[in-house]
Amino acid sequence: MKVYDLIIVGAGPAGITACVYAARKRMDFLVITGDIGGQAAWSGDIENYTGYQFITGADLVKKFEEHMRSYDASVKEGEGVVGVEKPGELVLVKTNKGIEYQAKTVIIASGKRSKEAGASGEKEYKNKGVSYCATCDGPIFNAKIVAIIGGGNSALDAALQLTRIAKQVYVINNTPQLSGDAIMRKKVEDATNVSILNNSKVAAILGDKFVNAIRLNQAGEEKTLSVQGVFVEIGLIPNSDFVKGVKKNAQGEIIINNRNETNIPGIFAAGDVTDVPEKQIIIAAGEGSKACLSAFRYLARS
Amino acid sequence: MAKNVKIYSTPTCPWCIRVKQFFKENNIAFEDYDVSTDHAKSEEMVNKSGQMGVPVIDIEGEIIVGFDKEKIKQVLGL
Repeated sequence: MKVYDLIIVGAGPAGITACVYAARKRMDFLVITGDIGGQAAWSGDIENYTGYQFITGADLVKKFEEHMRSYDASVKEGEGVVGVEKPGELVLVKTNKGIEYQAKTVIIASGKRSKEAGASGEKEYKNKGVSYCATCDGPIFNAKIVAIIGGGNSALDAALQLTRIAKQVYVINNTPQLSGDAIMRKKVEDATNVSILNNSKVAAILGDKFVNAIRLNQAGEEKTLSVQGVFVEIGLIPNSDFVKGVKKNAQGEIIINNRNETNIPGIFAAGDVTDVPEKQIIIAAGEGSKACLSAFRYLARS
Repeated sequence: MAKNVKIYSTPTCPWCIRVKQFFKENNIAFEDYDVSTDHAKSEEMVNKSGQMGVPVIDIEGEIIVGFDKEKIKQVLGL
């Protein structure tokens, strides 16, 4: 079986930047990724990526992709990595297409994904009333009743967007009070079509073909609300489950040192999937370049 | 002959933008329905696709949900 110098898992800002560096170092490498752009593709307006006073997430990702494709890089798009481990000298990377790849080094740049609320019916009704992107799917819920699960800034942002679209918005928050920024909280509290339900947890999402209700527990009391849409906005979790043997923190982020090394020699990690402080597009990009240079030095040494 | 391509989208959805970029790069003519303002088309989209997420792409009656590049290429014969 072919042995690559490097396999990069993920093609968000970290993975793409690692790819650009790997191409310029003429490494024999492969990028394996489900999608291009990762969370950056979902970002709305970006005003803090140096060189661009303003750019949308979609446009920045397009430029990232163009840069990546300008080299003769081998990119396996639409292929999800389901396992990374190092049983011996080489790192094995398994994908959901049943393919196994081998490499001397691997960079995990798989980012984060939206956390699920864990309510029954949530998976069943995904895209049938349950959404993880208010920016995308919000407008479909024109004049409908919707519930937002969460109480932080992303939940409040979703609530504000939906107050302008939906007839009625419930914010289902499992703590005694909302936790987002004061300005955002005030805007949400002031909206006339918003009801905030604190100390509340959604137990079940109900419906037939589409969502038509949620069952929740408010401070020990069961309630059923009639809703057509449920937006889950309770933060992000790292895509790190598939990496075996590397040390992770309590949030599941891969622990790295300042050279992007994990506890396993040859396995590096970069960007939002790691415990790097601050999750920003520009930081993820920088981390990707650093991880690639570290992998390059590792190869030169061994 | 060029295929009849429709996209149901919202202006703010990143994958909608990516799909449209993809069509433009490949010189595919398409009709774009903004379901955030066109509620009749919004309902049509839900009925056609049996779900409520955007984008929905309709290529000669073949319905594709999301930016499934491989599927789009296959249906368009790219």
